[in-house]
Amino acid sequence: MAQHQGGAHGHDAHGGHGSLKSYVIGFVLSIILTIIPLVLVLNDYVEGTAANVVLLVTAVLQFLVQLLFFMHLREENKPRYNLMSLLLGLLIVLTIVLGSIWIMTYNTVAH
Amino acid sequence: MLEKIKEFAGDFFVTGDPLIYGADVSIALALISIITVLTYFKKWGWLWREWLTTVDHKRIGIMYIIASILMLFRGGVDALLMRTQIALPDVHFLEPEHYNQIFTTHGVIMILFMAMPLMFGLFNIVVPLQIGARDVAYPFLNSLSFWMFFFGAMLFNMSFVIGGSPDAGWLSYAPLSELSHSPGVGQDFYIWGIQISGIGSLATGINFIVTILKMRAPGMKLMQMPMFSWSVLSSCVTIIFAFPILTVTLALLFLDRYLGAHFFTLDGGGNPMMYVNLIWMWGHPEVYIVVLPAFGIYSEIVATFSKKKLFGYKSMVFAMMIISVLSFFTWLHHFFTMGSGADVNAFFAITTMLIAIPTGVKVFNWLFTMFRGRITFSTPMMWTIAFIPCFVIGGMTGVLLSVAPADFQFHNSYFLIAHFHQVLIGGVAFGYFAGLYYWWPKMFGFKLNEKLGKWAFWLWNIGFYVCFMPQYFLGLDGMTRRVSEYSWDMGWGPLNLVSTIGGFLMGIGFLFQVWQIAHSIKFMERDTTGDPWNGRTLEWSIPSPAPLYNFATLPQVQNQDDWWEDKQRKANGLPSTKKPQPLEPIHMPKNSAIPFIMSVCWFVAGFGFVFDWLIFAIPGMIGVFICLLARSFSYDTDYYIPVDEIKRTEAALRGAN
Repeated sequence: MAQHQGGAHGHDAHGGHGSLKSYVIGFVLSIILTIIPLVLVLNDYVEGTAANVVLLVTAVLQFLVQLLFFMHLREENKPRYNLMSLLLGLLIVLTIVLGSIWIMTYNTVAH
Repeated sequence: MLEKIKEFAGDFFVTGDPLIYGADVSIALALISIITVLTYFKKWGWLWREWLTTVDHKRIGIMYIIASILMLFRGGVDALLMRTQIALPDVHFLEPEHYNQIFTTHGVIMILFMAMPLMFGLFNIVVPLQIGARDVAYPFLNSLSFWMFFFGAMLFNMSFVIGGSPDAGWLSYAPLSELSHSPGVGQDFYIWGIQISGIGSLATGINFIVTILKMRAPGMKLMQMPMFSWSVLSSCVTIIFAFPILTVTLALLFLDRYLGAHFFTLDGGGNPMMYVNLIWMWGHPEVYIVVLPAFGIYSEIVATFSKKKLFGYKSMVFAMMIISVLSFFTWLHHFFTMGSGADVNAFFAITTMLIAIPTGVKVFNWLFTMFRGRITFSTPMMWTIAFIPCFVIGGMTGVLLSVAPADFQFHNSYFLIAHFHQVLIGGVAFGYFAGLYYWWPKMFGFKLNEKLGKWAFWLWNIGFYVCFMPQYFLGLDGMTRRVSEYSWDMGWGPLNLVSTIGGFLMGIGFLFQVWQIAHSIKFMERDTTGDPWNGRTLEWSIPSPAPLYNFATLPQVQNQDDWWEDKQRKANGLPSTKKPQPLEPIHMPKNSAIPFIMSVCWFVAGFGFVFDWLIFAIPGMIGVFICLLARSFSYDTDYYIPVDEIKRTEAALRGAN
């Protein structure tokens, strides 16, 4: 704050914060990815494992759309700190989820 | 009507224990005297303008340190009460319920409200000065972090006299912390106190990562950064990934208690083991969060007082970053006995042992830095030298605990208590004390008295070993943690008595430190050089205490230990490689009352949630949102210090030389 020029105004100086086109594409994609699971599950087109798979796949795609179109992951200058912290975050999220499943599956107390 | 008020007050205020009445009286007296002094000396305006609304990282750091020393006092008194209760068999000093409350608050306060704020205080004071910045990246957020921590801590501490303290251990394991087993408000104080201050911790983590990555002085490459700043970076990376886990876990516990959900309950499909699993995913990285900056402090001090460059700079950086990532892969070693099978236990035993490798690398780096150095035994260096053997013993008992089959014997015994106190006192507390002594002249412009400091040092160190060495043997003799009473025939009496004596020696050591500070404020000479230790890094290149803007012109960095290299060139009669820079107006953030007001609103809301009084919770939350809006629409947040004023300030500060 003290060194780079002005908090509120400095924002523009970095430039390249996406274009109207990319925002619209992102918006449409995220709506489609929301509608697909909603329609499939509400109308009982898929059930059980298939439903879970559809939900998970669309959720992951939704995550990517958010990162690429709204979080500007593609437009970062080097060094790519945002990308690095994202990868570390993913590693830790995977550890939390898979680790918990692994620990709880063989847990003799929880059963 | 009167009866009703009486009944309400009987539930609302904690009653029936003379210790609590004593606390009531001392809190009331302290409040009255603070208000009287402020009013008598007409200091309310000064307090508000200079401190409560400040966004200056140096002042925020000082407030963090004052708060953490108060919390150290409270946590220390808790510890001595416990040690008194178990000094001898069959003592009836504390009731078992009261003992439960005290070990719970001791743990929470020492980790979350003492170690964390002391660490953040040192971050705030040192990091911007060390990397040649004029403030942190987000000064407003920094002030908000402090006040969120402060009011969270106040909310937690209030439980002592109002409503009743939490008593389910420092991590509040479910199902004991669930409504079915802890129906009182103590657990709600725990949840809200920690949640509110947790937001502050997370924000500080983000703030310092951005500060370090984006605001280093021109020319300072990451690999030339002082080691303390590296340790802050590694600690903050761990904070931003670990604290959300804590927030989510406690939020789920809150849903269980408040809305009747079944995440961790015994019935309705809940799984209490999941709570233990989740809380340690935060809890394990947490101990590395507090110890990594201490490693950074030791690295700075060992180089300064050996008059040598830090040995193995690169390996130190890699060791720290590896520790901060590996800390996320070891959490199960806190509950080997849960019984997740040999494969799971073996995996986590190995990851735990792996952490000993980078830590060992660091110990050798410190030793080789001292090797053939010209060592000065000032108080910061003495704490550093005392830390090394203490931490090595603590680390080795940790490796013993990491052997999963053996852990079934050590688990929850006094062996474990001795181990983690050895790494937390010998590693973290010693480190922060060393850091306080080392950077004290930078904060206040005078050194702390060495003679009293050495008394405090020896009392703490002897007291430490007298207190915790017997506990290893008590653990092996079968004494488990959290027992409030034991009989004569257990044979634990003599060792416990020795341990209690050690505890009180550390208490006397603390009193010596208070005396040392009071004495030094009155009698110590002002340091006019700004560099009393013959330091190596940029914070010593400016006057003490540093002016508001820190650096009149931003330093141009060419080397690791740039200030030292520059001094060496001058001593050898070589011209300085620095070109004098012209003064320019300095862009600074304006003070703001919003962080303070917003944190008060959080405090009110938290209080409402604790007692389920929407009459407090709703206005509190509305206040929070109004503050957010007010901040979003305030554009007048910064100003420039004109060149004339910088010239005047610099002349006044440097003229004394």
